[in-house]
Amino acid sequence: MASATGQIGTAAAASRAPVHQYVAFAVMVLLLVAAPFAIYPIFIMKVLCFALFACAFNLLIGYVGLLSFGHAAFLGAAGYITGHAAKVWGLTPELAIVAGVATSAVLGLVVGALAIRRQGIYFAMITLALAQMLYFFCLQAPFTGGEDGIQAIPRGRLFGLIDLSDMMTLYVVVVIIFLAGFLLIYRTIHSPFGQVLKAIRENEPRAVSLGYDVDRYKLVAFVLSAALSGLAGATKVLVFQLASLTDVHWAMSGEVVLMALVGGLGTIFGPVAGAVVIISLQNYLAQLGAWVTVVQGVIFVLCVLAFRRGIMGELGRLLKRPF
Amino acid sequence: MTELLGIPPQVLFGQVLLGLINGAFYAVLSLGLAVIFGLLNIINFAHGALYMTGAFVAWFLLSYLGLGYWWALLLSPVIVGALGMVLERTLLKRIANLDHLYGLLLTFGLALIIQGLFRNYFGSSGQPYQIPPLLAGGHNLGFMFLPNYRAWVVAASLVVCLGTWFVIERTKLGSYLRAATENPVMVQAFGIDVPRMVTLTYGFGVALAAFAGVLAAPIYQVSPQMGADLIIVVFAVVVIGGMGSILGSIVTGFGLGIVEGLTKVFYPEASSTVIFIVMAIVLLIKPAGLFGRAA
Repeated sequence: MASATGQIGTAAAASRAPVHQYVAFAVMVLLLVAAPFAIYPIFIMKVLCFALFACAFNLLIGYVGLLSFGHAAFLGAAGYITGHAAKVWGLTPELAIVAGVATSAVLGLVVGALAIRRQGIYFAMITLALAQMLYFFCLQAPFTGGEDGIQAIPRGRLFGLIDLSDMMTLYVVVVIIFLAGFLLIYRTIHSPFGQVLKAIRENEPRAVSLGYDVDRYKLVAFVLSAALSGLAGATKVLVFQLASLTDVHWAMSGEVVLMALVGGLGTIFGPVAGAVVIISLQNYLAQLGAWVTVVQGVIFVLCVLAFRRGIMGELGRLLKRPF
Repeated sequence: MTELLGIPPQVLFGQVLLGLINGAFYAVLSLGLAVIFGLLNIINFAHGALYMTGAFVAWFLLSYLGLGYWWALLLSPVIVGALGMVLERTLLKRIANLDHLYGLLLTFGLALIIQGLFRNYFGSSGQPYQIPPLLAGGHNLGFMFLPNYRAWVVAASLVVCLGTWFVIERTKLGSYLRAATENPVMVQAFGIDVPRMVTLTYGFGVALAAFAGVLAAPIYQVSPQMGADLIIVVFAVVVIGGMGSILGSIVTGFGLGIVEGLTKVFYPEASSTVIFIVMAIVLLIKPAGLFGRAA
């Protein structure tokens, strides 16, 4: 394996991130610094949690070509464990998050190991079915609180020192978590490992014939994506102080697909843009009730028919630079 | 009264019957999915929503036109099938040459739209639908009470499934369909209108879903959510059975219904998850599915 990854290393060095992506990243960071002075911080934190979730999802569909229709399982499971750890076990926030992320990673290992046994559409159906199984488990398990969820989860003190009940402190922590997750995904995509993932996406039989253990690469990518989705879920629970069935429901799995699709599948900043658009939309359309579902459905249909590159994909095409 | 494995026989057979009914729906729905997938290479995520639409059409026919169950059983599949053909001609046709995953995403969007529209007008609560008078009541078989309507659902589903099998495997029309599944370009070259066949096939698969919806209307309440969770279970059924064989879909559907029914008797906590557990086990042992060909 070592020699195999080394072989691709040259290609990775050649595809070092171009300057415009650094500029885009700097713009994003500046916006994050300025945003809380103009916009309600809880809203931005919600967007950031979903942006991280969508980035993690996009790592699979955009760079390995695997459509997971069950990613809500990882978001929700980490949320429940983090909430339970913070409220019942009284762990500090960072340990609660670690517990949540670890849960999602293990769950990702199990779901991934089963799902990669089939390709394409079957992969999507299997992940959806296994996520639904987790949903029923969460509905029945005593510690999740069933329909009520886990409420009034304490935000606690980070490392036992920093009080997270202060809104701006929490905001800074959430921004750091988001940026760390984002950069990890960015680094993964541009690593030799990421090059192999793209090779699998482009031509799986060829990658096999070149001697790559394709299933192992897929599984590692799946676990990484699940763990990062878990990080998003765990952070979200600390922000809203609530873990509920919404986060494990199939509708949530659909939402993350929509975010990545709107922003641009296989683009680096696309899922972030998609999360901003979809969460803002939900916010403004909230009083319309079930129409939100209809609007999301319409966006799905329109994106698939006429806007398959997504926001960042189209932008990248116009500027002739990948975002 | 004697007991089997510590369970009163009425309970046991009652649950097996309920399982058979669910199995009938799994079989009809997964059959429709398999027929559509064969020719269109699309997993129809809107299948559950169209099953729900079928039930609602029956309810509309009764409430607004006074047309009863038997008319609904005939008209609802026709109406929903026509709707399906319109959807295929206007939307699905446009993405026929793209990655199959786009078909899944498009039909998922359609499912959201259909379910959202119905939820706007009917809320989440269900509308009651009466069992037709001809099938009301039931028979005492000695070891259990058999409601006539439930026996009818199982029988009607079996007839429709086997009829579909016969048409596809034993008639000229079916041979065109199978040929087009194998190689659409070649069949087109022989002068058969493949695009029209694709439209009709989608319409037929969707009509099967609507038929199941009408059958389900008197048993479950007619509600906007009735297809949403069902379709995920049907996906698991499709993964277990594989989509290669029509008889395979039918056997898997009914079989898993019975497994689910038995689980309700012996370990009720797992009844909503047992099909997914079976799916996981099948994936470990025979990844291509029980009746599937290796991809």
